[in-house]
Amino acid sequence: MNEWTVGTVRRVAGPVVETTCTGDAQMLELVYVGDHRLIGEIVRIRQHTAWVQVYEDTTGLRPGAPVYGSGEPLSVELGPGLIGAIYDGVQRPLDTLRKKAGDFISRGIDAPALDRQRKWHFVPALKARCPVTGGMVLGHVRETDAILHKVMAPPTIAGDLYMIAEEGDYRVEEIIATVHNHGHPVELPLFHQWPVRKSRPHAGHLHLARPLITGQRVIDTLFPVARGGVVVVPGGFGTGKTMIQHALAKWCDADIVVYIGCGERGNEMTEVLTEFPKLIDPRTERPLMDRTILIANTSNMPVAAREASIYTGITIAEYFRDMGYDVAVMADSTSRWAEALRELSGRMEEMPAEEGFPAYLPTRLAEFYERAGMVKTLAGDEASITTIGAVSPPGGDFSEPVTRQTKRFIRTFWALDKQLANSRHYPAINWLDSYSEYVDDIAEWWDATAKGEWKARRAAILSIMQREAKLERVVKLVGADVLPDSQRVVLEAAAMFKNAFLQQNSYDKMDAFCSAEKQSKMLEIILTYFDLVSEAINRGALLADFSKIEVVRDIMQMKFECGNEDAAKLDAILAKLKASVQERQHAHA
Amino acid sequence: MLTPNQTDNALLDRREYIGVDEVAGPILAISGIHNVGYNELIEIVDAGENVRLGMTLDVSEGAAVAQVFEGTSGLRPGATRVRFRGEPLTIAVAPEILGRAFDGLGRPIDNCPPPAGAFRDVNGLPVNPTARDYPRKFIQTGISAIDGMNTLVRGQKLPIFSGSGLPHRQIVAQITRQAKIVGEDRPFAVVFAGMGIKHDEAMYYLRNFEESGAMERVVAFLSLADAPSVERLITPRAALTAAEYLAFDLGMHVLVVLTDMTNYCEALREISTQRQEIPSRKGYPGYLYSDLASIYERAGMIIGREGSITQVPVVSMPNDDISHPVPDLSGYITEGQIVLERDLDQRGIYPPIAGLPSLSRLMKDGIGPGMTREDHAHLASQLFAAYAQVKRIRALASVIGEEELPELDRKYLAFGEAFEGQYLSQAQDEDRSIAQTLDLGWRVLSTLPREELHRITEEEIRKFYGK
Ligand SMILES: Nc1ncnc2c1ncn2[C@@H]1O[C@H](COP(=O)(O)OP(=O)(O)O)[C@@H](O)[C@H]1O
Ligand SMILES: [Mg+2]
Repeated sequence: MNEWTVGTVRRVAGPVVETTCTGDAQMLELVYVGDHRLIGEIVRIRQHTAWVQVYEDTTGLRPGAPVYGSGEPLSVELGPGLIGAIYDGVQRPLDTLRKKAGDFISRGIDAPALDRQRKWHFVPALKARCPVTGGMVLGHVRETDAILHKVMAPPTIAGDLYMIAEEGDYRVEEIIATVHNHGHPVELPLFHQWPVRKSRPHAGHLHLARPLITGQRVIDTLFPVARGGVVVVPGGFGTGKTMIQHALAKWCDADIVVYIGCGERGNEMTEVLTEFPKLIDPRTERPLMDRTILIANTSNMPVAAREASIYTGITIAEYFRDMGYDVAVMADSTSRWAEALRELSGRMEEMPAEEGFPAYLPTRLAEFYERAGMVKTLAGDEASITTIGAVSPPGGDFSEPVTRQTKRFIRTFWALDKQLANSRHYPAINWLDSYSEYVDDIAEWWDATAKGEWKARRAAILSIMQREAKLERVVKLVGADVLPDSQRVVLEAAAMFKNAFLQQNSYDKMDAFCSAEKQSKMLEIILTYFDLVSEAINRGALLADFSKIEVVRDIMQMKFECGNEDAAKLDAILAKLKASVQERQHAHA
Repeated sequence: MLTPNQTDNALLDRREYIGVDEVAGPILAISGIHNVGYNELIEIVDAGENVRLGMTLDVSEGAAVAQVFEGTSGLRPGATRVRFRGEPLTIAVAPEILGRAFDGLGRPIDNCPPPAGAFRDVNGLPVNPTARDYPRKFIQTGISAIDGMNTLVRGQKLPIFSGSGLPHRQIVAQITRQAKIVGEDRPFAVVFAGMGIKHDEAMYYLRNFEESGAMERVVAFLSLADAPSVERLITPRAALTAAEYLAFDLGMHVLVVLTDMTNYCEALREISTQRQEIPSRKGYPGYLYSDLASIYERAGMIIGREGSITQVPVVSMPNDDISHPVPDLSGYITEGQIVLERDLDQRGIYPPIAGLPSLSRLMKDGIGPGMTREDHAHLASQLFAAYAQVKRIRALASVIGEEELPELDRKYLAFGEAFEGQYLSQAQDEDRSIAQTLDLGWRVLSTLPREELHRITEEEIRKFYGK
């Protein structure tokens, strides 16, 4: 390892260490601090002082201890072996750490992110002598049954391919290609490194046009997110942020999922680790773990590594995007990341802006969310990163800085509502406060799925929900009995929509995932109920005639009883609905 | 092998320094010393040869700032001597800690010698997430509101959010008395940490353990209201170090009671203010979340080890405000919360466990066929939904009068009465089995027409409704 002393510890107060440094220290350089060689990063240099943010517990560190430089920025290793792995915030492989150091994470243990011994079957895709540019696919490794890993030339490479390895089994450090760059040979192993704080280049942004289907009705139908889009999910504790993130990690139709547990519970990561290998991805028929990468820097792990964790996660996501995949990134919770930033900033005695957060919080948020998008990759493919960030506002108050600042950089907002969560209406996404700015972008795709009706139906149901909200205000004062039937049917349809459609039980096998087709049929049924009954009332029928019709029970249960591919069953309900309304009407007449 | 640097340190750490520069509140500053480690133990010897313990908070070349756990009252800067121990604060653990009582720093207060055993750093280490074993074993507390609707599982951290004058004491005592795993006869060991609570309150708990014959399974750490507040910063950590030893070394199932976490947080705020750190909300430091997490996350189970740590912290909500930083941040870390409600208490309902804001996040994995009963999940979900409806209708009734309500709404009100009066309410010594709790749930639910029960399957209706 190429390292030398770049400084000496001068002051320790928590995770930020002040050091006296030599001229060799570089901004954002990865360093090792003290006898335990704690991993750190230089985050500020002023004359002969460098501040190091240390990614491990600094207990016992003393002034006078050496700081070793690496000459490199904090980077991640990118190559075969990422899928199914679980890393901490600075990409230390947690399962390897456990093998080395036991059940608890002690200090100064390190292990390479990618297994150095494991062999991968490499199949070259290029022939020697051809020109190579950054991002070009040199060959393939079948990483999991679901994922073909494309071994790419690092983005900064250009030249002629001098040598390419033959098909065979290689360890990640073995050289699989040599590129002549202006006469200098550059040897490329099966993996490469990339600094986490620098976004990987691509060949340009593309228009967003396809939704990321999540299987969650309130999301896909009402507040959809486009592939390459950015979403924030704010909500007080217990309102369902993590459940939504987990549901998306399980069911969304991305090729790769990067799940960043940033300052949250250890058990939630354990849950993913135990559950995902057992769950089968309906698209690939392979275990979900075969497309998932976990970054776990739980709340009790060092706070500086929490700050780094979202960059580690998004860089890995960019790497898979560069292979041409659609990647979804979940960050739970970006508030804990912002708090880490605040703590580190406070320890460096920087001038705080709002509520102690540093003035550069919005810039950092923007940089992170900017790394999402639908792009043309350097290899010429279309690929995307969709980012879904949870925010945990103190006291559930959305006017606090992190929620407010994040809102500036996202285009879909899923507002979680304490009241809904308290009455166990899950997902507790408030339909009046939430929004999606992708509706127009993806309308074409959806309308093709829902026979040209998605956008219109979406507008129709939202208008019913808005009318209900207005009527509820009246009802609160005088009760529902005084309303005419033509208005009570709005309440009735809204209640039906909430119970039968919006509420979705993640623990129910059938209901956990709802296909786009099933969603659009279910919505059609509910709107048909509303239209037919309203019409009948206009012609003089009574609402009471319809509320007890048997098909209502079928509608209430359709989410649990009709399979995702069971269009016939839903069609039957629709037909039965039409028939029974007609029958009632005749009876009334 | 020691590096030259470490050998020097080992020699230097035996030095004693006379005189400190500054004493301010619980904080002390000293200079002209060798380079000492961050977050390490310091011994402060006052003029009367009494030794107080402290910890370094900020170390720089030849100087350090430390907090003194026993407070600084009576310290004369010139006559104070200081020794740096070169190690973090530890407590001794051994099987005989069971049945013993310690102060907030882990020193015996029962006139018995310190336990002869290994020393453990009170800060513990974070559990590797890959080593955690997901909690799924149902704990029957015998309290319907908990077992039926906010189920506690072994290895969970489930706090009680209380307010002044609300009976969290009785509830905690009842839980520690009655908690059991159905079908196992191994009782829980109890680790009790009292922080800033009054003597009589501590006595209430201890008497309770004694009366239920549990005293030889209890370890108590007491930093009571009259102890210096900074000591409380160590108390939960000492308690959890003992709990980890009992659980992961001796394979016991441990129930940890931490009361009151709000007092703990106040001590943290005191130190932070004294050091003029930039506060976040209500003067609490920005790292309160991480600090609380370093305590609450020490609950759980580990793959391949016998024991478990289940935490029941008490968090009081100043002015009954659940959005106060302490309950708020606690709720973000713990796996649910049992919220006590003043309105229920004033109506004489015990335990006054709020129907809607209470939550157990791990409930789903601990209930159902083979664990409790197949109808448990749907029944609980329906009770929550119906009770939410009751709350809405009550609000309406208070405006338009109950007589004006449609019949269905009046049925809901009757359900509300039955739910609070029969299901929630029970005696302090009433230990209901889970079957009793579930049957009772069905009984109160059956006051509603079956068409209202959207969260229940036809089959469950047939089997349980109106029985
Ligand atoms: N879609 C859902 N289906 C069933 N239960 C849910 C759903 N969403 C949330 N919950 C319930 O709410 C609890 C809290 O959700 P969680 O996502 O952990 O909240 P947060 O992360 O916002 O604190 C869960 O433990 C679960 O009981
Ligand atoms: Mg969460």
